[in-house]
Amino acid sequence: MPPRKTAATTEAARPNISADDLKRYYRDMLLIRRFEEKAGQLYGMGLIGGFCHLYIGQEAVVVGLEAAASEGDKRVTSYRDHGHMLACGMDPKGVMAELTGRIGGYSKGKGGSMHMFSKEKHFYGGHGIVGAQVPIGAGLAFADKYLGNDRVTFAYFGDGAANQGQVYETYNMAQLWDLPVIFVIENNHYAMGTSVTRATKSPALWKRGEAYGIAGEEVNGMDVLAVKGAGERAVAHCRAGKGPYILEVMTYRYRGHSMSDPAKYRTREEVQEMREKRDAIEQVRQMLLTGGHASEDDLKKIDKEIKDIVNDAAEFSKESPEPPLEELWTDIYA
Amino acid sequence: MATEILMPALSPTMEEGTLAKWLVKEGDTVKAGDIIAEIETDKATMEFEAVDEGVIGKILIAEGTEGVKVNTAIAIIGEAGEAMTAPAAQAAEAPQAAEKVPAAVAAAPAAPVVDRSPDWPAGTPMKTQTVREALRDAMAEEMRADPTVFVMGEEVAEYQGAYKVTQGLLDEFGAKRVIDTPITEHGFAGIGVGAAFGGLKPIVEFMTFNFSMQAIDHVINSAAKTLYMSGGQMGAPMVFRGPNGAAARVAAQHSQDFAAWYAHIPGLKVVQPYSAADAKGLLKTAIRDPNPVIFLENEILYGRSFEVPDIADFTIPFGKARIWREGSDVTLISWGIGMTYTLEAAEILAKEGISAEVIDLRTLRPLDYDTVLASVMKTNRCVTIEEGFPVASIGNHLGAWIMQNAFDYLDAPVINCTGKDVPMPYAANLEKLALVTTAEVVEAARKVTYR
Repeated sequence: MPPRKTAATTEAARPNISADDLKRYYRDMLLIRRFEEKAGQLYGMGLIGGFCHLYIGQEAVVVGLEAAASEGDKRVTSYRDHGHMLACGMDPKGVMAELTGRIGGYSKGKGGSMHMFSKEKHFYGGHGIVGAQVPIGAGLAFADKYLGNDRVTFAYFGDGAANQGQVYETYNMAQLWDLPVIFVIENNHYAMGTSVTRATKSPALWKRGEAYGIAGEEVNGMDVLAVKGAGERAVAHCRAGKGPYILEVMTYRYRGHSMSDPAKYRTREEVQEMREKRDAIEQVRQMLLTGGHASEDDLKKIDKEIKDIVNDAAEFSKESPEPPLEELWTDIYA
Repeated sequence: MATEILMPALSPTMEEGTLAKWLVKEGDTVKAGDIIAEIETDKATMEFEAVDEGVIGKILIAEGTEGVKVNTAIAIIGEAGEAMTAPAAQAAEAPQAAEKVPAAVAAAPAAPVVDRSPDWPAGTPMKTQTVREALRDAMAEEMRADPTVFVMGEEVAEYQGAYKVTQGLLDEFGAKRVIDTPITEHGFAGIGVGAAFGGLKPIVEFMTFNFSMQAIDHVINSAAKTLYMSGGQMGAPMVFRGPNGAAARVAAQHSQDFAAWYAHIPGLKVVQPYSAADAKGLLKTAIRDPNPVIFLENEILYGRSFEVPDIADFTIPFGKARIWREGSDVTLISWGIGMTYTLEAAEILAKEGISAEVIDLRTLRPLDYDTVLASVMKTNRCVTIEEGFPVASIGNHLGAWIMQNAFDYLDAPVINCTGKDVPMPYAANLEKLALVTTAEVVEAARKVTYR
């Protein structure tokens, strides 16, 4: 197959990335995609219940931003959270077992797909209420500033949440108090079934920060290197004590809003166009091959490694027992 | 290896569906992500994607088939050239249904063990303080002891508190720890929760709990539920405090008592003190508690003076009611400002020869059921008193609980004295009528004692 001309390869200024880093991004994005495909399969088998929101298509956002983060930085997001957890290094087994509602899950099976946390990895959820994670993220940043920690918080939310009032209350206070928080708007163009243009007449969502004096930018979220570069600018801004920063990362979800969404609000052609021409994983794959950084065999090896990790996670999630009945009554009070 | 493609569940409630259309035929090669079929669920027609790559060997369920159960094999997929025989059925093993837990059987009440230890030792020097001063002292003492404790809210710092509860705190602790917020309850409640997740111990002041309605999502969904949802990994050690209930002549939007709303929620602790000593001892306990605590104060009580023990570190544990008056004929249960009417009523009843036992619950979550039970087993009669609305009130809960746990001891139905089932009116005469009154408490006590 001839190398595909992509946005990534045509952009003039490329950050200086090692072949190993590029391979790592490929691997991390592929892990999310394969994990989510497997989650979709387990949902279809009835092993995962309730709501299940897949991240397929948006992988470059979290992988690019995690590449800009340092140990101890915090992250918080919405209910479309599996990708964020895998990207920050949480164990795929624990995530999958939470999806199947088993004791081996991160929340002992009591949180499910939308409510997962890892203190160890500084992942503060997994929140099911649209927009609620935004002030929570600012609060985490408030704590770091108060305690004198040189840390930043990534508060992820979607284009849908970007219309919630609490987002703007938070912008105001985050800027007022110079909180080290990066507001990451993952603009996948659809708030469930409502396109951005049907929800607002000011679709440049990052510009809304200007009203509060918050710096920000729009980022190509289908290009992991562009995301990483923007993430580094945002992190530097926050760590320098200049207050919050907004990244509006333009991305796309290939699947429906949740497993039960037939996605009739967009055309199949639109989805195919993104998948075939803009796919973030495919772009990195081509960069690795055309740049001579990896052979087909090298990539097959990575594919195999990922497949094994995901299969192991799925096996674990099936074999891990349901929580013992006494778990009903634990963790209500500390 | 050939594997079966199973009929997928495509919604949380789907048990069967119609295989509307096959988009592949036997012998087609598919990649992961290719759409292979359209399936009608109870809600919509969904596209069904291949999970693995391979060759469609055999289609087992023809398109147009209705009522295909979830997890039925609908096709075989395998590698090119492979013999596509159906492997042994390997339907997903559904987890075993949880064993039935026997419902708790209401046992005859054992004599409850009641903690009647005094809140402070006899002979402790006392000082007279208002509830307002006691609350401020509690915060100041805890802030001196723990640098992670801070106060945030509207007008808490430079204005010295809308009701002067935080008076002097800015001077002592500075703007880093006594923080004026913009008027933005939803936002600063959420920031407070995030700060608690991040290792601090916030005290979030609502200028009144009426305004906490703007923020109740964070109080309940973010603060109260996270410990459970995280399997015990993290929670919100914090206090939401401020005046609650009716003040005077501020009408419907500024007069609601939210005790029953918050007491409904597992994961929250709920405190509603009456006296200054309780306000101080319980607020110190609330700030130290590792859980989110709702601390319901009252504007009318702020200026009332009580005797407060003058000791270095005075705390009162949660879940321990206080008996203000012992009696033998009827149990009067109240908390917060309801105690005002209750103590007045007990005085009047005593003159009529009715001996009332007055219990101040102090905390609604946890609730001191043992003290309630022991008293009702003694008096055989009970009246509850609160300012909140009557439907789904705390009194309703107490009545139901007493009925289930001490039915044989009751000589009369439990009566709930509550605020009236109307939005609070502005007019002075109507406002008086809308609140619970001492006369109503007296009348209820007469009724249950058949006098």
